[in-house]
Amino acid sequence: MVPTGVLALADVTFGYDARAVVRGVSLTVARGELVALVGPNGAGKTTVARLAAGLVPPRTGTARIDGRDPATTARREVAQRLAYLPQRYELAFPFTALEVVMMGRYARQRGPGLDSAADEAAARAALARCDVAGLAERRFDALSGGERRRIVLAQALCQGAEAIILDEPTAALDPAHAIAVAQALADERGRGAAVLIVTHDLDLAARYADRIVAMADGAVVADAAPAAVLADPRVQAAFGVTLHVGALPGGERFVVAR
Amino acid sequence: MSFVSGGARLTRARWSLYLSVGVIGLAVILLLAPLVGPGAHGRGVALMSPRAVWGDGIDATIFWHVRLPRTLAAALVGAALAAAGCAFQAVLRNPLAEPFTLGVSSGASLAAVIAIRLGVASVAGTAGVGAAAVIGAVAAVALVWQLGRVGATLPPATLVLAGVTVSMFCGAAALVVQATADFAEMSRMLRWMMGGLEWTQLATVARALPPLVLGAAVLIWLGRDLNALAAGPEAAASVGVAVGRTQTLAFAAASLLVGTSIAIAGPIGFVGLIVPHALRATVGPDHRVLVPMSLLGGAALVVGCDTIARVLGQLPVGVVTALAGGPFFLVLLVRGKRGSALWRSE
Repeated sequence: MVPTGVLALADVTFGYDARAVVRGVSLTVARGELVALVGPNGAGKTTVARLAAGLVPPRTGTARIDGRDPATTARREVAQRLAYLPQRYELAFPFTALEVVMMGRYARQRGPGLDSAADEAAARAALARCDVAGLAERRFDALSGGERRRIVLAQALCQGAEAIILDEPTAALDPAHAIAVAQALADERGRGAAVLIVTHDLDLAARYADRIVAMADGAVVADAAPAAVLADPRVQAAFGVTLHVGALPGGERFVVAR
Repeated sequence: MSFVSGGARLTRARWSLYLSVGVIGLAVILLLAPLVGPGAHGRGVALMSPRAVWGDGIDATIFWHVRLPRTLAAALVGAALAAAGCAFQAVLRNPLAEPFTLGVSSGASLAAVIAIRLGVASVAGTAGVGAAAVIGAVAAVALVWQLGRVGATLPPATLVLAGVTVSMFCGAAALVVQATADFAEMSRMLRWMMGGLEWTQLATVARALPPLVLGAAVLIWLGRDLNALAAGPEAAASVGVAVGRTQTLAFAAASLLVGTSIAIAGPIGFVGLIVPHALRATVGPDHRVLVPMSLLGGAALVVGCDTIARVLGQLPVGVVTALAGGPFFLVLLVRGKRGSALWRSE
């Protein structure tokens, strides 16, 4: 069966050597949908994100990005449709923040030339959206962890793709910036993008996601609306805690783990 | 941020400024270098009169038949080694990667030493030994790559480790071959290992030009891809780089450059380390300017070192670059120890 949705995994298995890290995972993200992938450490979330981004081929099952098989599609074509933000991003050379963001324009450029004014405008707009416009001229490797995170996020946004996969986009961010980033991703969903985030921040997942997919031990244990997933005893068992979901007077949900 | 490294990105104005300075600087060095030589009785420095170059005296002969080919060869070798170092560093994400540390030079030297021992020099001349060196360089790169890669990726740590291993093995094997050689072969081998441009002819320079132009053109073409690789293969693939193809092309082009330059001058160390490093601090890390500037800067450095070598009394140029490069390498090592992201394995 060929799955539908901009991002689609169908019955995917993956492992290193004999050990299966991902077992029979199916997952779709449609246009205009924000899905949060949660689960305890070592559940296989990052591997699923990389499989969905076509960065590793599944052992069995199928992965599709906008209906295409990433294994047989040119990487440039994939990147025009999908931006992927890895968990760790380290540069070997001292590029400036603006240069890092402009690398996101690669798939829209041709040949060995310099970047155009349009590329720079797109990059500066993305920096502004992530509240790091003032850091454009600074060396990337001299910035704090949270600032770097937002600059790499700006790179992903500046790619202008219809699907975005982010591996822990709010890790290392202070609460204000975590909310701002979640809002930026909600805006991306608003303009019709398919957004998949891997996160440990259950509050943000409960507030911003349309669906939560919970994983444990390489398999999906729940895939439903946030309230249903967080109340699911299998999910609570996987995390090894009791999750209490409350609501603020405005209706916004919050999660307390005990 | 200083003027030279200033600006948030590489603009056309900055690119043009750097390239103009580079081209003019190299042109001046290329015009002056062949006029400089040792003074009377081998003491001091003597500057040949430009007018004498157009006469028919001994000065004109020295200029056209000895110093000009030597200077041009030095320029080509320097350009090739610096650009290759730049490419190796970008692909391996390691500022210490260069033909010497990757074992490429040792592989080439071993092949050359074996060729000399087997009598290739007396059958096919220096060109035969040079061809053997190119084969040795390419074989060493292929071996180091196979040893160092993990799946489709090339972690810098394993690759440099593989480079050191191959380098040490080739070095030891070359010594074994040397031990079995007679005196004449031994002195020829020694000259190879030291690197030198003393006997270069214009025909050698002309023969080396096409592969060098090809290798340089490929690396210039890959500038944007090499930039994206700075964040690692996965991040580069995420923005659209065909990582495997880029790595293969960059390795092939860099090996071609190194092999050809070794065929001209023997192994010359540290140029591929010093030049990209110094330029990165000056013109920034963007490979669209760093690769062409490394070509120009490498040419200028080796022409300069070769001129010094000539004035000091016909030393091989490899000795001068190694004397300059050793301390430079140490400075990098000490700085790296003080904690930089560059030194982590990922």
